[in-house]
Parts: sequence; C-alpha cells; structure tokens
Amino acid sequence: MADVNAVEIRNVSKIFGYGEFAFAAVDSASVSIRQNEFFTLLGPSGCGKTTLLRLIAGFEFPTSGEIMLNGENIAAMPPFKRPINTVFQSYALFPHMTVAENIGFGLTMLGRPKQEVRDRVAAMLKLVRMEALADRRTSQISGGQQQRVALARALAPQPKVLLLDEPLSALDYKLRKDMQIELKRLQAETGITFIFVTHDQEEALTMSDRITVMSSGRILQVGNPREIYDAPSDRFVADFIGETNFLKGRIETLAGGVATVDTEVAGRISATVPTDFHPQGEVTVVLRPEHATLCAPDQPGASQMTGTLETIVYFGTDTHYHVRLSDGESLFILREQNKPLQTARFAEGDRVGIALEANAARVLRN
Amino acid sequence: MAKAFSVQRQRGFTAIAIGCFFALYLPIIVLVFYAFNAGESLSSFDGFSLRWFARAFENQQVIDASLRSLQIAAVAATVATIAATMAALATTRTEPYRGLTLKYAFINQPLMIPEIVTAVALLIFFARIKIWTGYSGLGYLIAAHTAFCIPFAYLPIRARLENMDLTLEKAAADLYATPWKAFRYVTLPLLWPGILAGFMLAFVISLDDVVITQFVKSAGQDTLPTYMLGQIRRTITPEMNAISTVFLLLSIGVVTVFFFVNRKRV
Repeated sequence: MADVNAVEIRNVSKIFGYGEFAFAAVDSASVSIRQNEFFTLLGPSGCGKTTLLRLIAGFEFPTSGEIMLNGENIAAMPPFKRPINTVFQSYALFPHMTVAENIGFGLTMLGRPKQEVRDRVAAMLKLVRMEALADRRTSQISGGQQQRVALARALAPQPKVLLLDEPLSALDYKLRKDMQIELKRLQAETGITFIFVTHDQEEALTMSDRITVMSSGRILQVGNPREIYDAPSDRFVADFIGETNFLKGRIETLAGGVATVDTEVAGRISATVPTDFHPQGEVTVVLRPEHATLCAPDQPGASQMTGTLETIVYFGTDTHYHVRLSDGESLFILREQNKPLQTARFAEGDRVGIALEANAARVLRN
Repeated sequence: MAKAFSVQRQRGFTAIAIGCFFALYLPIIVLVFYAFNAGESLSSFDGFSLRWFARAFENQQVIDASLRSLQIAAVAATVATIAATMAALATTRTEPYRGLTLKYAFINQPLMIPEIVTAVALLIFFARIKIWTGYSGLGYLIAAHTAFCIPFAYLPIRARLENMDLTLEKAAADLYATPWKAFRYVTLPLLWPGILAGFMLAFVISLDDVVITQFVKSAGQDTLPTYMLGQIRRTITPEMNAISTVFLLLSIGVVTVFFFVNRKRV
C-alpha cells in the first residue's frame, strides 16, 4: 500500500451551471497526494480549492475525471461510504449533542459496539486535551475548543484521509499559531494523510509537506514549500506566495542555468533559470524583498537601481521599505531583518541605492 | 451622557400601551368574570357560582361538538404538520435555486386568499363529490382543515430550518450517516421544537375555525365554534362564557407546556 498514492486526482473537472452560465470551478486538475502527507491546497477565494476538497469528500461529484483513494476510484461514491472525514470551516458540530456524543457520532453510525465507541471517544478527548469537557454542550465551549472537538470528531473513525477546510480562519492570531502546531502534532501522531485548504500562504508554507497552488480552477504548481517559494512556476504563484518584485528585461547570455538579463530599471543582473528552460528575448525576473538591501546611492557593489525611499513599515521582526525607482513608476519592495538596538539608517524621502544578493533573482517561465 | 433613542421614553407611550392592553384583555376579563355569575344575566353579577360550568359539562351537544372539534383538529393538525415538515425540508435543506421563491409563494398563498372564497369553493367542490360517492362523514371537514392548516404549520418549521446550518447534514453524511440516519439523528432532533410549534399552531387554528367549517359541515357536524355561533342567535346565557373560559384555559395550558418544552432544548 505504501507505494500507492493516498489520493490521486486524475484530470478532474467540475462544471457548475449550464450553457452560457457554465463555468469550471475545477478545470482538468491532476495531482497525486502521497501517504501520510500534510498536503495543502492554496489559492485565493474562488480558485476552486474548496470545490476540489468537496469533490474528495463526496459533497460534489466531478463532471469528468477520476478520484482514486488508495487505488480505488471513488468519484461516484456517496460521502457516507468514503473513509474520509472532514473538519468544516464552521466546525458544524451537532448542537443537540455533548462533546463526547459529537466525537462518537461517526463510530456510532458505523455500528461499532458501545464499549469500543466509549474507549475511542476517551482516547480522542485525551488526544485533543478535552477530557474535562466531555459532557458539555458544544454551545458551552469556546471557539478554540470547538475547533478541537471538530478535529477529534473527524479523527475518531480513523479515516484514510482527513480533509480540513480553512479550519483556522475563525480563530484569533495567537490561537491560530497554537492550532498550527497542534495540527502538525496530530498528523504526526495519527499518521493520517491531511489535505488542508487555506488562502493563507504563510500558513501553507509553515505547515505543509507539499503545496498545490490553484487559480481559476487550475493547478499551477505542486511542490514543497521551498520549491514553491524559491522557484515559482509562473507570475501568479510568485505574486501569491509572499511579496515579490517583478523586473522586465532581455536575456543577453545564458550558460549553466544562469542568465545575464539586461533589465530596464536595474541594469545588468544575473538570474537563475529553471532547468529545461531556454528563454530568449523578453523575460520577467522575480526578486524576493529579503534578497535586497538598502545602501547609499553611490556605494560600490550596489546595483544600478536607485530611487527615493517612500515608506518605511516596521514589523517587529523586520522592516519593509518601499522605494520609488528613478524611472518614477516602479515600486521596489525590500525587507530587512531587524537587529537589536539598531537605529534607523534611512528616513522617508532619502535617496537610496539597492544592493542585490548574488543569484537571488530568478527568471520566470512566463 | 446622551441616552440612546427609546420609544419607551416618548410622551404618551405608557398611556397608549395601557390603552392597548385594556382593549385586548378587558373584554376577555369581563367574559371570564360573568362565567362565574350565579344569575342568568351578562350584565349584572348576582354572586359567585360554578353552575354554568356544570351546565356546560352536562350538555350533550356541547360534549359532542367539543369532541368533534378535538377529533378534527387532532387529525388535521397531524396531517398538516407532516405535509408542512416535508415541504419545509424540500424548500430549505438545499442550495437556493431558481423557482424557490415561487414555491414559497405557492405554499403560503392560502394565507392571502379570503377564507370565504375558499369556503364557497369547497362547498361547491365537496357537494359534487358527495353526490358521486355518497359519503358524507367528517372526512370533508378534516380534509378542509388539513388544507388550510398547512401554511400555518409550515411557517414555524421553515423558520427553524432556516436558522439551522446546512453543513450539519453534510457533517453527518461525512461521518457515515446515510441520508435517513442523518435525518433521524441530526435534522429531526434539531427540528423538533419547530414541528411542535407548527402542530400547535395548526391545532389551534383548526379548533378555532368558523367560516370554512360552517360552509363545509353536513347536518349534525357542528364543531364547538359553530355550535356556539348557533346558540348565540338565541338567548345568550353565561354558559357560553363558561365554555369560552374552559377553551381559554386549555389554550393557555398548551402554550405554557410548549414554552417549557422549548426552553429545555437549545
């Protein structure tokens, strides 16, 4: 079994509406999710990630394509027959049942013996640290606790795959951070494949083994967080995952995966090129804000980029600078780590130069 | 500090409110008061007595009419509530679709049609069926009451369902509940207070009906309201007050029971 993918989406499309109102919420998507993986579907709202999740859960059925669970096509199977459980965004806890009854619901529906249900509920309560609240009504516990009950309820029947539909979006920042760690711990302890839907790129980067970036119903890129961040496949992914500077330019030389690009605003810079890609002529180069630093405009080693420091935004861990480049149009974003007792080197309105780290720039495929 | 606007602090509010409560409850208080009159009059009180209550309980016509009313109301409210529950489930436990508003309108339209129109229509319709089938039992009244009770039962049930998260049934299905089990263990327990409210509303509406009953009933099928209507054409005695008072107590009792049943659930 270990070599079979946990879930395999094969050329799945979901069309809503008819005729001129028809639109593809999921458009010819194919992706494989491995056993015991923390897999994230990431994209802006309306990108099709939730529809894809609902197709896997069985709340929607694909217009075409196959959904394989451990090698078996489940595309037409009703949700109550799929060994897959969901943590809903609204939690959807049953308000007329206690915490323990909620957690035991799945096993009871499966017709498991009462003693087994009791033992499993007790184990789940322990797993999510809710033993003390077993007999409370779900309306009598806090949002974070409801979240944990929803998790325990979905994990109790020991599903093959756990689906999580933006489960952390209703929590405040601190609680969300705690739950992120909690989720990772639960995944490691249970060994269940997690498929996690979010629009929060930071959440996706910190939690996932692999990420799928979606837009307009299509899958743009699948990869581990580092690949997604450092080597975005296209402009959309680069833009959606973190802040990015885009520079237009022309390829001058290309050798050994490194190109010299003559950019409009920064002059000649070297940039890495994706393997098996041989760009010519006009290209776009991406440059992450943390791979550039501010310097005096005439400092040696600086790029040819100079401009006026427009805004300084202090973030605690780092500071963001927005520089209006000399062409008067482009805005360049930089991010510098803050050091202890550091005094501000520049003020808003200063003329500044920008120094780039070597090989930080990357040529986009399109 | 400026206080928020409150209608309660407007000049004359208290006077108007008291006036309204008097208009609502004074006639009823007078009615109940004269039910205990020892004399025969509805205008002069001759001392306290329960004789009119005793008289009403001994009156075979009153007993027959009451039992008939309760029988019709029980059957009609039950059938109407089942139909209304199914209609409410079909119109709310689904993503909104085109034509849904039209369905609401069709279900609620009987509330807008003047009762007298329905009454005349049923009279003509049932007369024809009576000739065809030869049947002239209580079935016609029960059918008529069921029909006009459906929208009344539908309203509280739909209101309850609309406040219910649509994902609850999805969650049940996700946790291995078949559609029937999801209904049995999730929808129905949560819907129960709405069904109870719908049933009681339908029951009271049926019990109270005069116009349609008057038109549809055959000879000897008087319900309590039509019997009372027939009686007050002759001499009115405090017996009517006594019957009304018992009716009033009954309905207060039902509402109280409902209140406590409903409060236990969340």
